[in-house]
Amino acid sequence: MQKAVIQLETLSCPSCMQKIENAVKGLNGVNQDSLKVLFNASKVKVDFDSETITINDIKKAIEDLGYPVVKSKVKSA
Amino acid sequence: MQRYILSKKNSITLISAILIALAFFGRFSIDNWALIIASILGVAPIGIQAYQALKVKVVSIDVLVTIAVIGAVLIQNYEESAIVTFLFLFGSYLEQRTLNKTRSAIKELTELAPESALKQMENGEYEEVDVDDVEEGDILLVKTGAKVPVDGTVLIGEGHINEASITGESVPVRKKVDSEVFAGTILENGTIQIRSDRVGEDTTFGRIIELVEEAQDSKSEAERFIDRFSKFYTPAVLVLGIIVWLFSKDIELAITILVLGCPGALVIGVPVSNVAGIGNGARNGVLLKGSEVINDFSRVDTIVFDKTGTLTIGNPEVAEKEFYGNNPEDVLGYLASVERESDHPLAKAVLQNIGETTLSTVEETEVIKGGGIVAKIGVHRIAVGNVALMEKENVKLSEKAKKDIVRFEKNGNSLVLAAVDGELKVLMGIRDQIRPGVKKDLQKLKLLGVKNLIVLSGDNQGTVDLVARELELTEAHGHMLPEEKSAYIEQIQAKGQTIAFVGDGVNDSPSLALANIGIAMGSGTDVAIETSDVVLMNSDFSRLPHALGLTKSTSRNMKQNITIAVGVVLVLLASLLFSEWMNMSIGMLVHEASILMVILNGMRLLRYRLRE
Repeated sequence: MQKAVIQLETLSCPSCMQKIENAVKGLNGVNQDSLKVLFNASKVKVDFDSETITINDIKKAIEDLGYPVVKSKVKSA
Repeated sequence: MQRYILSKKNSITLISAILIALAFFGRFSIDNWALIIASILGVAPIGIQAYQALKVKVVSIDVLVTIAVIGAVLIQNYEESAIVTFLFLFGSYLEQRTLNKTRSAIKELTELAPESALKQMENGEYEEVDVDDVEEGDILLVKTGAKVPVDGTVLIGEGHINEASITGESVPVRKKVDSEVFAGTILENGTIQIRSDRVGEDTTFGRIIELVEEAQDSKSEAERFIDRFSKFYTPAVLVLGIIVWLFSKDIELAITILVLGCPGALVIGVPVSNVAGIGNGARNGVLLKGSEVINDFSRVDTIVFDKTGTLTIGNPEVAEKEFYGNNPEDVLGYLASVERESDHPLAKAVLQNIGETTLSTVEETEVIKGGGIVAKIGVHRIAVGNVALMEKENVKLSEKAKKDIVRFEKNGNSLVLAAVDGELKVLMGIRDQIRPGVKKDLQKLKLLGVKNLIVLSGDNQGTVDLVARELELTEAHGHMLPEEKSAYIEQIQAKGQTIAFVGDGVNDSPSLALANIGIAMGSGTDVAIETSDVVLMNSDFSRLPHALGLTKSTSRNMKQNITIAVGVVLVLLASLLFSEWMNMSIGMLVHEASILMVILNGMRLLRYRLRE
């Protein structure tokens, strides 16, 4: 399991958290319980299985929603 | 294409404002066309967001607005469609701007995080690298004016470091070889070479940032309820709109409901108060761990203090002394020589008080448990200790000495007596000083509505009573072991009191954990950060009243925001039913205004200061 911390551009709309949550949860290989979308910090924290999915897949899922990723970090969890 | 449109949202907002203005003031024949173009342009970014939301099965506000605008265009009400899209876009622009303001305090904090480091490479040269590429054990160079990139130890060099980002204390601290340095602090002068001990999120600064970041997004029970509620609320509004349309065949009414039902202010109200309140705290040396903590702390009616190190400085000093007989210089020399053998805290205070003196060789040192020390210096027999030891040594106490002893004890001193060859020579009264300003701070707490101020201590009852009387506390209990303190807290909790415990966070962790709110006087470096709910940076007691006042204001602010949000939706829906003037544009205007209102209300917390 790897732990991703993804910094987004400032989140301001109330429903964006829900959108990002659903989009990331729907991906194969992420640990749904570990997912945290931090509204004020504009960050997404999630554990994922690096054999099934890459950090770029997660980033793409978020960017496809229209939320640009500023930077991301991966650590072993 | 989608991303391009979204990135041009602000320009689109501006263009549609111009088009609407043209249509209204221009009185050209292009009126309708201008409005149609404004509607289409404006709905594009909203529609894209709505589409993306639906793809992940979320009925978002964008969905409601998009449907409403399309509906308005279909019934050829271009005025409404143009104005609603404009207001929605303009509103979200203002939301973003103002939200950034409320988050600014915490952003300032995270921006203090170091970004790069000068790392020693294999060839011995230093190269600038990203701070993420620094590992434990690396050798780094820090130059004047630069941020210390990691927690580490000084290997070479010296300088003064401003540690305000960690401790809140802005007087620079001198660092030399073997001193510890902390990430995020600033080297004001000198150049040092350090060894990296902890990096990234493991550094003290990293932990503080992580704590504050998690805190600003932590959710209370009420917020989780609102979140669950809004998940169903928006789809419910959509369903309601469809039902109204099916029954009344009135598209106008149906789409107006969609716009009025938007839940914006409700979802955003509490997080906004939370982030502004925690931000104010972080700026003022108070770390609050989330909105649950804010709510609990604001309701506290009893505050329990540990004495040593909390109400008092925790560093006993000689406060009074009396000499008996001649040659006090010689006696002090003997006293210092004997006390040097001991590591008792009172001995430390005595030595500190005596300072430089002539030391003699001490022989046959014997420690009397619960009494003191007896030793020989040359031909003299020296006894240093309490009254019990003097009695055991058959030291005669004069009437004056007996009176002095009573007086010293009444003043809250612990006693150290020294006798030479069975004759009393010196009496010293040692006590722990009360922190300056504590009395005033405690009065502020009372003014803020705290009913009981209680001190618990391991010291004797007399000393504790004295502190309690001096500080006008409501209760004082001495002779308490750590487990007795936590038992006491459990006991008063059972009486229904909401309790905050203030301690140094090291030996009081059971009490800190047990109390409704655990407040640690941490210098920001200890376990205190982990075990407590609130941390007072730099062990600064004077931040306690600010912390309590702030949580009260923040908690009130959250309630105001919930009231505003719910009130606005109710008023809008009611006026739709009972009044003539309500339409989509006014609905959107009121709705956006309510969002801005809760943000601006939250922003007030950033400026919160305790009234004198």
